[in-house]
Amino acid sequence: MHVMSQSATASPELDQAPIVDERTDPDRPWVTIVWNDPINLMSYVTHVLQQLFGYPKDKATRLMLDVHQKGKAVVSSGSREQMEHDVSRLHGAGLWATLRQD
Amino acid sequence: MARVRRGRGGIVVALDAAEAELLRRMLDELCGELRARLPGRPGDGDAREDVGDSVGAAFDTQGPTAPPEDPALARLLPDAYSDDPAAAAEMRRLTEPDLVQAKLDAATAVGSALLPTGGKLILDQQSGAAWLAALNDLRLLLGTRLGVTEDGDPFGGHRPNESAAAPYVVYHWLTGLQDRLVGTISAG
Repeated sequence: MHVMSQSATASPELDQAPIVDERTDPDRPWVTIVWNDPINLMSYVTHVLQQLFGYPKDKATRLMLDVHQKGKAVVSSGSREQMEHDVSRLHGAGLWATLRQD
Repeated sequence: MARVRRGRGGIVVALDAAEAELLRRMLDELCGELRARLPGRPGDGDAREDVGDSVGAAFDTQGPTAPPEDPALARLLPDAYSDDPAAAAEMRRLTEPDLVQAKLDAATAVGSALLPTGGKLILDQQSGAAWLAALNDLRLLLGTRLGVTEDGDPFGGHRPNESAAAPYVVYHWLTGLQDRLVGTISAG
């Protein structure tokens, strides 16, 4: 995420740990992942997580910091359909989000 | 410099004429690039007359399966699956037109509210959300094209000449405006 004076960049690694064999297991929940990027403001990411998921500010801030420092964070989990809906809403807000089976 | 504060009727954004014109021009460009992603308009064929309205509407709104070739536009319309290209293509086909339309609606709402002379605009919750989304889309588009990094110095310490620096000045202006808008809205 964009910060004014630090350089803690973590590149998203989209190819990391593909889960091929487990994808068809119906009992495994799906997760929505938000990836770090150099443009979205930290304050904006926190705001979006509060608005879209109803998270309190401290939880939204913690998730935002995970995205910023670790490169990604799981922001929601549930059915595949729910996660597709969450990813669509995050894309609407301009966040870089994907879903996958956990 | 654009000012943002909370007033009695909502969030007050004050722009001068040059800022309003710059923003309107960038929003127009954004809308033009987004519209190019939309599928053909509904109603210009007769193949759907024999099917139910909802089915016909679903066919009419099907989008492309591949991401935009332009990396900046692709950043606005990312894949939903990072590890499953077929699922990503199918999700894009079904959902991208709605995503594009939502971004167009936000950009159009902001652009149509701007006055050529600048001045004060009062944003309610809905228009405030449209401003945040549209400003962010402009930053994603411009920032991706400029190759900005998190530490924010694309010149590696060298001073660029004036024409090379201009888009970065615009980018940082957008960043400052969005940062103040997020801060003011969040504080409410």
